[in-house]
Amino acid sequence: MSDRKIRVLIAKPGLDGHDRGAKVVARALRDAGMEVIYTGLRQTPEMIAEAALQEDVDAVGLSILSGAHMALVPRVLELLKVNGQERVKVFLGGIVPDEDVPLLLKMGVIGIYGPGTLSDTYVNDIRNAIMAANA
Amino acid sequence: MTERDLAQGVLEGDRLALARTLSQVENGTVEGKSALSVLFPFTGKAHLVGVTGASGTGKSSLVNQLALYYRKRTKGASGPAKGASISAERVSGPAKGASISVERASGPLQGAGPRRIAIVAVDPTSPFTGGAILGDRIRMRDLAGDPEVFIRSMATRGSLGGIASSTAAVVQVLDAAGYDLILIETVGAGQSEVDIARLAHTTIVVEAPGLGDDIQAIKAGILEIADVLVVNKADLPGVENTERALRGSLNLAHPLRLAIPMPNRFMHHGKLEMVPDQPSVPDASETLWVPPILRTVALDGMGLPELAEAIAKHRTHLEATGGWKRKERWRLQTELDLLIQNALVEGFRLRLPAGAYEQALEDVQERRISPNQAVEKLVNGTGKVT
Repeated sequence: MSDRKIRVLIAKPGLDGHDRGAKVVARALRDAGMEVIYTGLRQTPEMIAEAALQEDVDAVGLSILSGAHMALVPRVLELLKVNGQERVKVFLGGIVPDEDVPLLLKMGVIGIYGPGTLSDTYVNDIRNAIMAANA
Repeated sequence: MTERDLAQGVLEGDRLALARTLSQVENGTVEGKSALSVLFPFTGKAHLVGVTGASGTGKSSLVNQLALYYRKRTKGASGPAKGASISAERVSGPAKGASISVERASGPLQGAGPRRIAIVAVDPTSPFTGGAILGDRIRMRDLAGDPEVFIRSMATRGSLGGIASSTAAVVQVLDAAGYDLILIETVGAGQSEVDIARLAHTTIVVEAPGLGDDIQAIKAGILEIADVLVVNKADLPGVENTERALRGSLNLAHPLRLAIPMPNRFMHHGKLEMVPDQPSVPDASETLWVPPILRTVALDGMGLPELAEAIAKHRTHLEATGGWKRKERWRLQTELDLLIQNALVEGFRLRLPAGAYEQALEDVQERRISPNQAVEKLVNGTGKVT
């Protein structure tokens, strides 16, 4: 088989323990034909970057409801870069206040998907971003 | 990166190059194939240990604890050598296309146990969407941050034998990368997912209390491939029953070396019965491996030292009896057969005139010809109606 599968890491950095959203996203990406590596709760940015490296993923999805996104997201982006994985697309889910969105997008996050987002939205965004990067 | 850079990176311990090579190999790309060819001479050193068993028996947790146990032991035992287990050195080759050569600190030290551990964890691909959730890492968070451990998740991508068709190739890359011990965790396996026995030197079958009666234990399939049997979750009630069923099944398979000694005279309905002496097989103890049955609790690490010891013993047994070479030959033969099959089918499809296959399928569905006749027509006539 030589068709290329999209591989996505779904992780929950930080200390909040609500992973329903992360699991719903993982399931939606699976149903879109992607291979989703789910790492579970309470991951540090170091653990996430290491898993992204070992699994050679195309994208990393972070679910954060603790409000610590402005600390965690830049750290994950930085570690991905240190590991030579700057091409990996990062997207966010959870609770992110509107005023933080432009800043996060500027850092390089491809999309921020709060509660109520249709799964088609992020599935298409992720697929398009990865296809554009590999074109 | 070119495939030579990739392969060189793998040999030098570059983890990004390793991860990318694994993807290329898994996807069956041209780059992956040529990287494999460069790496193949460096394979054959690692001890491949398969871990299989039904869903929910605790395979991932057990793999996590086992790797953790080895790493703790290594860190405790070896002083300054830690982290220096691979020293790559490019032998100068002035000629064009210089061949890659790597000098390594010689293989795993006997007794010291493995120093670098790779884990390949396989989960199933959805037959409908082609997607997969790979969740084995959830149980392996204790291993995060250890530079001598490399974990890779794989989806089966349509294979039904419990591992993916490219798992063997992925394992070869990790072997070439200098991992001494490679733990291969299969999908939650039922009864016929026995491909792992062809890939691994040592196969661990994990059971848990309360999953079935003793008839399950004498069915063909997964228990037959066990080199080591583990009853995990041994803190749960019913562990004695599970262990007894497994032991009973083993005694049937290995009557010459009963795990429970039986008296040869006993009373039956008030009559003295005698069991004739078993013909003694002098070398049986040397060549026959009776799978040990071990109890573990993967959550707290109970029974892990015994499991590690059983794995080491099995390795010694394989090396002493020639089993190591035999298993390797079996594995390579399986791989070769599979590759020949794939190449032939691919070549056949390429030579087939456009539409011939669809026409044959149509004819079969309309009951004009039988499937066997269709195959005959396609293969002999390369699509032409004879």
